[in-house]
This record gives sequence, C-alpha cells and structure tokens, in this order.
Amino acid sequence: MSADGHLPNDRFSQVGRHPAPQKRYDLVVVGAGEAGVKAATEAAAAGRSVLLVDEHPLDPGLIGLDVPYLFGGRATAAVQTPSRLMEHVFAARPALEAAVEAGVELELGVSCWGLYVNGPNLQTLASPVIGLADLDRAWMVGFDAAVIATGARDLVLGFPGWDQPGVVGARGFAALTDLYDAFAGRRVVILGTGELALATAETARARGIEVVALVEALATAQGDPARLAALGAPVLLQTVPVKATGGIDGVEQLTLRSLADGSEQTLACDTVVMALGLVPQIELLDAAGAKIVRQADRGGFVPQVAADGQTSLTGVKALGEVTGVDGADTAYGLAWMQALMAATPGDTMICQCEDVTRADLLDLRPPRYLGEPSTQMRRQSLARLAEDGPVNQDQIKRLTRACMGPCQARRCREQTAMAMAIGTDTALGAIPLAGYRAPVRPLPLKVIGETAESPDLTNNWDVWFGIPDQWIPYAAIGTDEEPDHWAYIAANKYL
Amino acid sequence: MTGSETPRGASVVVIGGGVTGLSAAWWLAREGVDVLVLDKGIVGWEASGRNGGGCSHYQSPLFAEEQRLWPMMDELLGYPTEHQSHKIIFGINQKQVDYYKYIAATIRGHGHRVDDLTGDDIRRLVPLAGPNALGGLYAHTGGQANPQRTVQAYAWALQDHGGRILQHTPVIGFERIGGAVTGVVTTRGVIGCDHVLVAAGPQGGQLMSLLDVDMPMAPARAEMVVTEPCEIMPLRAVDGNGLYGRQTARGNLAYGGGPHEWIDEVEPDGPKARPTTPLVRNLAARVAGLFPKAAHLRVIRSWAGVIETTPDGRPILDRLKDPGNVTVATMSGVGFGLSPASGHALRDLIIDGTCSFADISKLGLDRFAGLEPDWRQRKGWFTEASKEFNDHAALAG
Repeated sequence: MSADGHLPNDRFSQVGRHPAPQKRYDLVVVGAGEAGVKAATEAAAAGRSVLLVDEHPLDPGLIGLDVPYLFGGRATAAVQTPSRLMEHVFAARPALEAAVEAGVELELGVSCWGLYVNGPNLQTLASPVIGLADLDRAWMVGFDAAVIATGARDLVLGFPGWDQPGVVGARGFAALTDLYDAFAGRRVVILGTGELALATAETARARGIEVVALVEALATAQGDPARLAALGAPVLLQTVPVKATGGIDGVEQLTLRSLADGSEQTLACDTVVMALGLVPQIELLDAAGAKIVRQADRGGFVPQVAADGQTSLTGVKALGEVTGVDGADTAYGLAWMQALMAATPGDTMICQCEDVTRADLLDLRPPRYLGEPSTQMRRQSLARLAEDGPVNQDQIKRLTRACMGPCQARRCREQTAMAMAIGTDTALGAIPLAGYRAPVRPLPLKVIGETAESPDLTNNWDVWFGIPDQWIPYAAIGTDEEPDHWAYIAANKYL
Repeated sequence: MTGSETPRGASVVVIGGGVTGLSAAWWLAREGVDVLVLDKGIVGWEASGRNGGGCSHYQSPLFAEEQRLWPMMDELLGYPTEHQSHKIIFGINQKQVDYYKYIAATIRGHGHRVDDLTGDDIRRLVPLAGPNALGGLYAHTGGQANPQRTVQAYAWALQDHGGRILQHTPVIGFERIGGAVTGVVTTRGVIGCDHVLVAAGPQGGQLMSLLDVDMPMAPARAEMVVTEPCEIMPLRAVDGNGLYGRQTARGNLAYGGGPHEWIDEVEPDGPKARPTTPLVRNLAARVAGLFPKAAHLRVIRSWAGVIETTPDGRPILDRLKDPGNVTVATMSGVGFGLSPASGHALRDLIIDGTCSFADISKLGLDRFAGLEPDWRQRKGWFTEASKEFNDHAALAG
C-alpha cells in the first residue's frame, strides 16, 4: 500500500494513462445542421462555452471513399481544395453567422471521429472527451455536455454497374450542389419517387440539371402527386435499374426494366441519384456504447432518447435526424432491395471496398484471394448457418468481408442486412446492427496518431499485460533458472 | 440448431464455443466422440475472434505441437485459416532490439532456426519498414492466421464430423450425482453428459464456482487498431515496437499492445460492452513508428476484446479429481495461436486422462491452492470502481 493509503494499481493498466484534453468546453456540438446550430447558439447565448464542429468542407480523400455520403465520383475538382470551399459552406448555412455572433466557437472542416464516455467496462477516463481531426492532425476535446447532431446519410442499394462513377446518393447530391457548388453531372435519373426524390429533382431543376426520369420499383408513386407532376419528368412505375453502363468517366446510360411486362429501355444520363431512403448517422453514439433501438419507420437504428434528446450516455444528447428521419420507412428500401435482387443477377456487387457480390454473401464465399473454396466450404451457405442460430451481420462480415472496407460500410451496411434478411427469410428487424467502431471517419495513421507518447506511457507500455511469469519458458518454471528469467523479463520487456 | 425442445445429451459437453473449446470439440468429433458445444452467444464471438492472430508461443509447453499442426490446419479442417508460417519481430530502439534477442534465444532453444536481422535486412524483408528499423529476428517457425476465419473453421469442421453446436444457450448450473456431473443446466433445459469441458473464457471462474471449484481469473479489456489494406508484404507476420499483430491476407495492418483495463466481472451472457478508448491514437502512432512507409494508411476501425488472465498469466489445462469427469481450460488470454495444440491436449485429458505429447503438469489448477482471496487487489488488478471501494476500506481501516 502506498503512502496515501491507495492500493498500488497495475502499472500496465489504463488507469491514469489517458491524457487530459488540451481544451474543454461546457458544450461541444457535432454537426452544424439545423439542430446542431440551434443547440449551439442557444447555449452560447446563455453564457456557456460552446464548440461547434462540422466536417464540411470534407477531406477530399473522404469524398473519394464516399464518406459520409455517396458522392459517387461526381464531384468537380473544386473539392480537392477544401480551404476554398470554406466560404461556400458558411454561406450555405446562414444560421452560422448568428451562432458565431452569439459566441459559439466554430470549427469547419473538422471531423469528429470518436466519442468517449465512461460506461460499462470503461472506467478509466478522467473526463468525457471527443476526438477531432482536420486534414493534418487529430486532437481531443473535453466537455461537460455534448450534442450529437450528425444527421443522416444515404441508403445505398446496389444494381449492376453501381460501382462506377456517376451513381450518387441523394445526400451526396445535395452536398455537392447546395453545400459545395461542385456537382459534375448534367443529366440525372432519380431512383425513388418519395419526398427525398422530389427534393432531389427540385434541386436539380433549380440548378438547370436535367431530370431524365424518376424510377419507382413499386406500383405507385410515393410523393406528392402535384409536385411530381410539376416536374414534368417521366415517372416510371414498377421499374428497376438493371444496368448502368458507361466509360472512363462513369455512367453514360441506364437500362431499366419494367417489372410489369419485362420490357427494357435505356436512358442517356451521366448520373443516377439514389433517393431511396436515409440512414441516421449514429456511428459516434453506437461506438460509444449508447443504447440503440430500431425504429423501422424512421430510418432504422437510432439512439434511444428522451424528449429533450438525452441519450443513455451521461451528458450526451442527440438532436435532429440522427434520432430518426420522419418518413424514412425501411420497408420502402426493403421493397426496393427485393425488387433489385429479383431482377438482377447474383454477381451484382454488394460491397465495393471488399469486392463481395450478393451471391458471395449468400454462399458465405471466402474472399477470392484465398483461392477456390474447398469442397467443405462449398457446402456452407448463409441459409445453412442460419440453422445454427439467428444470423448476425458482424459474424457474416468476418466470413465474407462484406462491410469490412475503408468506406466503413456506408455503401453496404444496410443492403447487406437486407440481403441477409431476404436470403434467410428473416424479418429485417431481426438482423442485429453491424456495430460501428471508432474512428468513425477513416483517418491516416499519421493524422490520428499521438506522436508525443508520454514518458509515463512509454515507461509502462507492454505488448501484452506486463506479467513476467507469463513469458518464462515452460521448461524453466520451477527450476533454478526461473528467477533469472523473471528478473530479465521484468527489467527488459517493457518497450 | 434451433427450436425450444431440450436438446439431447452428449458424451462430452463443451461449455464455451471459443477457440479452445471448439478445437477440443473438433479433436473429439473427428474421432467419433459424441460432442456438443454450448455457447452463450455466437461461436468465436469474444476474444477468440478478436486477437492478433499470432501462432508463435515459444514460452508454452504446447509450442512444438502448435508448430507441427498449423501448417496442416487448412487441410485438416477443410476450411481456410489464412495461416502463414515464419515470423519477423523488429525494434526501432536498442532496448527493443535487445529484448527481441532474448526471444530469439528462447526460440533457438527449441531447436528452430532464427536469423538475426540488421536494419538493412529488415528494410529488404519488410517493405513498409523505414530508416528507423534497427534490428530484429526472423524466426523460421511461428506465424499467424486469421482468428475469425479459424474459429468458424473449427465450428464447421466439428459439425462435419458429427459434432453439434448450440448457440445462444448460457449454462446456469450443473447436476451432480456422487462425484460426477451428470447434466449441464442450460436456459433450454438439462443436457445429460458423461464428461464436461469448461472452456468458457472469463466466465469460467463463475461456472466452476457452481461446482465449488476455485478457478482464479481476472477479466480485462484490451484494444487493437486496423488500417485500410495496402500492398501485401512477402511475410505478413511482422511485429515489434511493443506491438503484436499482423498484416492480414487482405492487406490490412491489425495491431494491438499497450495498456489494458481490468474489469470486475463478466456477466454470464458475456461482457456488457467492449469499448475502445483514445488509446487508438497511441496504437496508431506505434504502428506508424514500426512502419513509416504505411503512415498514410487510414485507420478504419479499432476494437476491444475481453480476456481472462490467471494469477500467473499461464494457462490452466487440467482434468479435475473432483468432480472427476470435469476438465477445465483457460489459456489466460493467449489462446488463439495455441488452439490446435490446446484442443489436442484437452482431447487427451478427456479421453486418456493425460496429455500424450507434452508435459503440461505445471498448468494444473492445484498450483493456486492457498491463493489469497484478495489476490487481485494485491496485484493491483482491480477496476476503478473497485478501487474506490478499496480506497474507502483502506482509509476506514
């Protein structure tokens, strides 16, 4: 026992090893959308110290990875210079000016990649922190309260050819048009006829982008008939895309098939916008251990929140679309996925990063770099695995690698769950969420890395648990040599 | 296997579908033994599928068998494990290089070839290494495999041999007659058995307490980071700089090391959570330090696993005297790589009562007889929550 009455702590444990953040705020708000700006402004007006961060303008590398939206390679070169887009982003969100005037400290072009709060099996943080990063470095910020207002991203469903430039999501399209003024397309086909599709079409119209057609897998158009009619664009019902084809710059035409009579038509376009649904961006909250529930009619998995947005994490609220998107019915997306799976072949890509097709997923085929599957492996399948117990997406991703890539499964998480549900005749709601992991933005080692490792950590760093007995050669245990081994290991192992 | 009826019994019931229990069950099933694996959740879900994938455990009495079996495992199991033989460890400072020489000497002591590497050797063999590579070793033994693929390979292979697996079935008790366990009480009813193997990881101690056997262990949480894929190195089992880990067959760098966090108890249905911490930043910097030419790679996830550690950090592989038809196993947090051999040893203990290929007598449970009840506190292996309690008790005392 030490002089102050404390029992000595394991020097190799995390107790006391997490550095204190360099700055702290009464409130940190992640996401400068409507909900985030409002919360930040109100708190600043009430005299609290407030940091508001927003990742736009994004790291161009993330845009290339379709993080966080499906940008689909349809950004102009303007996005390669984020600093020049700063004013665009500021101007696109007029409420930011009032926020700054109210005293909010605003950081644009800063992403939040981690949220760390003590909870079950994590008791070593001195205070709650979030991890932030810009293009060059990462840092930690402490907070008393946090508001996660990270909004929603695109629901992405694959069809043959979706893995080429020119297939974008509604949110990706909206960011490139409204936020960055950097959309590279001129003629768009929109998948979907709901509110999201309507808004996409209206934005396109307002910017002089041709809307070639709206495509609907279902038998009826989903959105306001008057606004649909006002667009003057063809609305093709009971129709799905069966092939996007093009050249080096991506999509040049889209082939559609009528589910009613099987007839096909090909439309010339440079962009296909998926407006089939939105997915709440819960990754920070899920990775931090917040209680997550499923609301099928509001985009699927959302944090459990009280009326004021309080999550299950102490001091952390969630506001805005991250808590669910009105009208984002997962049944609509599932109906589309069913139609696409029925109309298009199994070799349709489901995970672009890891080169996994729908058939690979349903066959549980190991990745191609492992060669041809063995006889035994060929007998396995997702349906057969389901006989051993409920299928779990995290288990399937380890076997097939679907959802394991650098886009952090933003392009494939939902469609993989849907394919699993359809392939095993399971309700979509019974497929557990594939867990999110920090960093929730893919950041280079040299950016996220803490290059200034503290001497305290260096001196108490072990490759494993720092237990010398564990590494004494078995033959030496219980012999005269054991103490020498112990002493050598204890003196030299910690690296 | 689904349904609500009580499953039929088995000759051997294995409690715990981690890599150790699965391997033991596979060894038994391939000999035609009627074996049933019970798991609280999904097979291979905990630390068995969340580890560095190393297969180079020179400190273990099972080392020789580990090295003998791994090159054959794909063929024996019938499923890919992504195993690759040989291993490089290198340092970027003199202290590391000196310690890695001790490791080299230990491996040579087993009769395996180990080459010393200079900085230039390392830069030639490890394309991601940089000017700071100082020295290290090339072991013509050891290696690495994919933990996630391997645990499923064991599970499928044992099923191919007629073994059964029952997932989502926590064990809540035992039925005993005389000096023997006759049934395992589960949430789906009592499952009859002739022999029980308890290989339940951090839950093992609690399960054994139901049999009035003290199996001391402390659970803790440890973390790893994973980058996006990059070009495959000729030898992917490369670590050092205080890290363990590997380049995956896909090309990702997956590395762990550094501080862990002790946790109080693991619930019978598994850890409540497996959070990671800002340690990801230190791990990332250490990976970039080991592989300067990989510094541009993006970290795409971090994750944690919960493992158990015995008081001396060594495995427990033991067939009990009372009840005499119970065998216990924990690999004390270092179980994946040794699994082909630990399964073989457990098969031997269960069928023959003794290990046929190695002396494992120093891994018996009786070495902990007389252990102080507060051994965790004495070692400092306590949690922040229990520390408050202890501080209070110390002040009051």
